[in-house]
Amino acid sequence: MSELFTNLALGFTVAGTAANLYYCLIGVFLGTLIGVLPGIGPLATIAMLLPITYKMGDPTSSLIMLAGIYYGAQYGGSTTAILVNLPGESSSVVTALDGYQMARQGRAGPALSIAALSSFFAGTVATFLLAAFAPPLAELAFKFGPAEYFALMVLGLIAAVVLASGSIVKALAMVILGLLLGMIGTDVNSGVARFSFDIPELSDGIEFAVVAMGMFGFAEIMINLEQREKRETFTNAVSGLFPTMADLKASFGATLRGTALGSVLGILPGGGAVLASFSAYALEKKLSKTPEKFGTGMIQGVAAPEAANNAGAQTSFIPMLTLGIPTTPVMALMVAAMMIHNIQPGPQVMSSNPSLFWGLIVSMWIGNLFLVVLNLPLIGIWIKLLTVPYRVLFPAILLFCCIGAYSLNNNPFDVFMTIPFAILGYLFKKYDCEPAPLLLGFVLGKLMEEYLRRALTISRGDPMVFFQRPLSATLLAVAFLLLVIVLLPAVKAKRQEAFQGDD
Amino acid sequence: MIKNRRDFYAGLMFMIIGVLFMILSGQYKIGIASKMGPGYFPLILGGMLTFLGLFVALGSVSKSALKLNVEPFQLDIFVYILGGVGLFAAALKWDAGFIVALLALILVSSKASHEFSWRATLISVVVLAIASYLVFIKELQLQMPVLPKFIATSLGL
Repeated sequence: MSELFTNLALGFTVAGTAANLYYCLIGVFLGTLIGVLPGIGPLATIAMLLPITYKMGDPTSSLIMLAGIYYGAQYGGSTTAILVNLPGESSSVVTALDGYQMARQGRAGPALSIAALSSFFAGTVATFLLAAFAPPLAELAFKFGPAEYFALMVLGLIAAVVLASGSIVKALAMVILGLLLGMIGTDVNSGVARFSFDIPELSDGIEFAVVAMGMFGFAEIMINLEQREKRETFTNAVSGLFPTMADLKASFGATLRGTALGSVLGILPGGGAVLASFSAYALEKKLSKTPEKFGTGMIQGVAAPEAANNAGAQTSFIPMLTLGIPTTPVMALMVAAMMIHNIQPGPQVMSSNPSLFWGLIVSMWIGNLFLVVLNLPLIGIWIKLLTVPYRVLFPAILLFCCIGAYSLNNNPFDVFMTIPFAILGYLFKKYDCEPAPLLLGFVLGKLMEEYLRRALTISRGDPMVFFQRPLSATLLAVAFLLLVIVLLPAVKAKRQEAFQGDD
Repeated sequence: MIKNRRDFYAGLMFMIIGVLFMILSGQYKIGIASKMGPGYFPLILGGMLTFLGLFVALGSVSKSALKLNVEPFQLDIFVYILGGVGLFAAALKWDAGFIVALLALILVSSKASHEFSWRATLISVVVLAIASYLVFIKELQLQMPVLPKFIATSLGL
């Protein structure tokens, strides 16, 4: 316990420096900004800024900033959900259900402040969880050999498939496709440039940021432009931010439950913020004495999902920081950011870069504090932003993405490469294929191949090695069970219900 | 009879890509499990993708499949957006510089909106050009030629 406090104290000295406070503020500010704006998410933004962090020099500052964008977006997303009935982020889809109804009844202020306060509460709890659980998990990871790592990645990918919305088989195919795309480039073992068609740039592999921008940035823009939706905004209706005593009382339990659920789901691979908010809303509805009132402006329907998505956003850092395995596409970008600075993510980060590790964790709590300040008193600014029409916004997003892609290697080739991925992303949308599992596969592809190769070399080609070692056997068994469970007809029906309204 | 068209085309897409990767993997040394060659893992993955694609496609013609059509592609939006991105890259590749690239990207992609107007677009161009010059080139010092090469050389820059 006392070790925890020494670690947190170290974190405070790192995160508390003027430079890091500044980057944290920039991160959460940008996060709120893109969270408020529908049509651009944290994934595309982090991908866009990734090359710039290379110039920042200090890996701690760049990670603090990038992390701020992710959880900041969870705050910003709720503002749009409540005021415009459009989810600013996919994780605030359910917040719109009751939040927007509250706004229509002239109670936008309390809805916004409850959203911010429950997010802050969840963020604080999740920061402590992260600090408490990361060291023992990293300890465990040191016992991992190649077979265990391979099994863990299988489990991670299967969990991403299970938690993706829509067809399981298609999600599985998307993971495999991602793994295959990850194969492009030079094979570390033989030095052969695979699938590069003699293009020198391709022999270095495809940049993750390019895939993310094409699939999430550009494809999203094209789909958004196809839907000419009308927006009804309640931007003038925000008066009196303070929630009543009754509001606070009603949201207290919901916030606690949302935080707990979100923290657990965030750790699971593929979970992250989106699933957390959906499940928290469903849980509140189930527990409520008046479930029929949900959707008409229940404050619990705002508090629970907002707490859950923020908690989930933060605990999803746990597997990335301790095992070095990203469980969501955003975490995959974080891994990329660490690699840019020559830090190999994994259990050794905590001991080899303690200031980075603890600084990042503490910065999240500071960032959450900034966010409450940014979101409540400055709400007027964000409301103004909502009046910027999409036709002005999307060319700017395109431009920043193009500049970001170019500056990865100062090469226009990377800008060209976004085009095929934008086309793929567009086709995926049209054919109901969720792109998130693909991105995870893409990041893990080469690592997985390498661990498979090592495990099989040690066992002289005997695949039983994965089942003879207890840890790896357990991980694979869990993965198999997960897959079997979701394919059971009863669970299948429930799963479809859970993802209803998620599109 | 194809009932779920989204699944049918998705399955077809997976199958085509899977087979493509299998064929390409054949160019490389496959090896055996204890000594995996560069073609080993991609060959297996390609096979799995093809199989899953087949499964998805077959599911789309089964009796229990939902009836779902693919929403129509709006090719004009597609061409304006990706054309703009392509022009941006081309301008930088052939030394036309950042300003030309930005102009091409914004002017072409703005046409994709059904609310396009010249006035708003031109304002965007000016604001974005100044803002991105200050932020990316002055402040963050990205290595990017600003002016077309022939102008820059004749100005002696």
